[in-house]
Amino acid sequence: MSNIVIKVEDLSKQYRLGKIGTGSFAHDVNRWWHRIRGKEDPYLKIGEVNDRTTSGGSEYVWSLRNISFQIRQGEAVGIIGRNGAGKSTLLKILSRTTSPTTGSIKIKGRVASLLEVGTGFHPELTGRENIFLNGAILGMTKREIRSKFDEIVDFAGVERYIDTPVKRYSSGMYVRLAFGVAAHLEPEILIVDEVLAVGDAEFQRKALGKMKDVSEGDGRTVLFVSHNMAAIRSLCTQGIVLKTGQISFVGQIEDALQHYSLSNNNIKNTNDFTPDENLPLEVMSLRVLNAEGQEKDRIISGDHVWFELIYRNDSDEGIIPAIGFYDFVDNPIFLCGGILKNSIFKGKGVNRVLLEIKKFPLLAGNYYMNIELKGTGSMRRHIPKACKIFVENGDFYGTGVVPQWNKGVLIDFEWKKAQTVVN
Amino acid sequence: MEYLKQKQKESWDMVIEPKTRLLDLNLKEIWRYRDLIMLFVRRDFVAQFKQTILGPLWYIIQPILTTLMYALIFGRIARIPTDGIQPPLLFYLSGITMWNYFATCLTSTANTFVTNANIFGKVYFPRLVLPLSVVISNLVRFGIQFLLLIAIMIYFHFQGHTIGVNVYWIIIPILLLMMAGIGLGLGIIISSLTTRYRDFAVFLTFAIQLAMYATPVVYPLSFLQNTKYKTLIAANPLTPLIESFRYALFGKGSFDLGSLLYSAVFMIVVLTLGVILFNKVEKNFMDTV
Repeated sequence: MSNIVIKVEDLSKQYRLGKIGTGSFAHDVNRWWHRIRGKEDPYLKIGEVNDRTTSGGSEYVWSLRNISFQIRQGEAVGIIGRNGAGKSTLLKILSRTTSPTTGSIKIKGRVASLLEVGTGFHPELTGRENIFLNGAILGMTKREIRSKFDEIVDFAGVERYIDTPVKRYSSGMYVRLAFGVAAHLEPEILIVDEVLAVGDAEFQRKALGKMKDVSEGDGRTVLFVSHNMAAIRSLCTQGIVLKTGQISFVGQIEDALQHYSLSNNNIKNTNDFTPDENLPLEVMSLRVLNAEGQEKDRIISGDHVWFELIYRNDSDEGIIPAIGFYDFVDNPIFLCGGILKNSIFKGKGVNRVLLEIKKFPLLAGNYYMNIELKGTGSMRRHIPKACKIFVENGDFYGTGVVPQWNKGVLIDFEWKKAQTVVN
Repeated sequence: MEYLKQKQKESWDMVIEPKTRLLDLNLKEIWRYRDLIMLFVRRDFVAQFKQTILGPLWYIIQPILTTLMYALIFGRIARIPTDGIQPPLLFYLSGITMWNYFATCLTSTANTFVTNANIFGKVYFPRLVLPLSVVISNLVRFGIQFLLLIAIMIYFHFQGHTIGVNVYWIIIPILLLMMAGIGLGLGIIISSLTTRYRDFAVFLTFAIQLAMYATPVVYPLSFLQNTKYKTLIAANPLTPLIESFRYALFGKGSFDLGSLLYSAVFMIVVLTLGVILFNKVEKNFMDTV
């Protein structure tokens, strides 16, 4: 299983910005003139890292720059990155719709890429004809398609419409049929780009399940690009994080997602806020303290911790504080809302309140907190993504056994033998 | 098994690199995609006649109307001789049938990259598959028009005209192949150039009209006997093909093995050049198209 099936070495891709016209003709002539004199391409030297938000000086950008990584057989690899990080360029090169500027990719096995579903579907052709055409475009032979035909029709659920031109299909049927063909490809390596963003929730679940079967059940290699972090998380085992055309992280998918979310959000590490003097209610700081009252920048699962919240209240209203805990892909985990415990704090001026959690229940990883202060009147102050915390695995249960999974929370529990036996 | 594993360890099935070899035809890969070629042919055929009443009859109507028009203008009005081919309608129809095949092969392969950019941008398959499918689907069209030509020949035969069927019929497939080769070669050259500069597509639309008059389609080569233009028209590699086609069908016109050989060499040069250019362009054309 440790066979390397994809080996990317020093891969770079350069694009030219702006229009292609007379300017590019002049560059072509210049390039050619350099080449016949045996000199280097003058435009390959220039170019800058691809950051679309700042306008650079050069007309050429490197969409990918010196990327190297390896993928083993049977791995499901998620490629993560912001828009413009080079994900799609990488997939395009892998699926051979464009070629790299420098570097190489070596591949073992048959590759099928799904940069889109329904490529080459012709609206005038019937469902049946389109299955064959689309299948052949994706690299299947007629015989392979024929043997899969019933399965595809069944998967798409369009049996009744199979001899109707696809232009009469509803968009849902169209997508299901298209995905059906793609899902029944049997390549050794499958490259998928955001195709799950189409269709209804039911279909997305079906599609995701099918892809999971492909990677887990059949031991095939899957490369998956999506902005849907939940989909990536459930499907992939490995992750590659791209940032402005360069690799910023390679590793386990959980670590990759954390790396991505941390490098990508601007949640402060500092716990002191810059309060707005003009607001009648303002959060000033949030600190994590251990049982002895010392400030901590990380928490160990199962620790006894205190969250010290300092705020300024210029009104006469009572304040109900709340802190919500979220994971790095924005899933809420739990909320410590004062309203649940009737905690209302009165007092004008600067207040210091403490939230006690006797056994901190989060698993190892990065989390962030939202702070909300709610007055008994109409006042409200909400700070989303106020600050982040880092949790390390600890001995939550006092048995020395650390849970190996990476989702959910830890709950204190007890197994007991009952006194009476029920027959 | 162990040996196989060892071998697999060292060899890669595919290496993606910036540069290709100059002449990388990869016929094996194209053969693997032969089903796709036929499906494209079918798609072209079906899609073209969906929601038309006359359907493939259009393939017949178009050459008939063109023939009548040419017979009127070049035959009756301009009084250009037809090499003794009687009735003159056959002279025009045969020329048009052959010329149409070349012209449609050229114009539709020349658009390969631009019209299929959306497919090419999403999936890899040997790009040559598309121009090849165009040549084949035009062959179907040629077949129908050729049957029309034969039907009309038989009709005139029973009208008392002598239609001389001779052994040269066997070269018709070869002529057709050469016509296809030149059309494909020029077509892929132009399609490669249009990915970057669309000027060539504009150029092609009128160039093909002009080229018809530089080829003996509406006049026989013998019409130019003893004029200074004869060498010019004979230098056109399509000239021997049209002339030989008529010679094979009617036994009239000119048949010269030397000039056919010249056309064959031209075809090979154009095809080689085309494949080199096509290979160079196909890898990166998505960035510039």
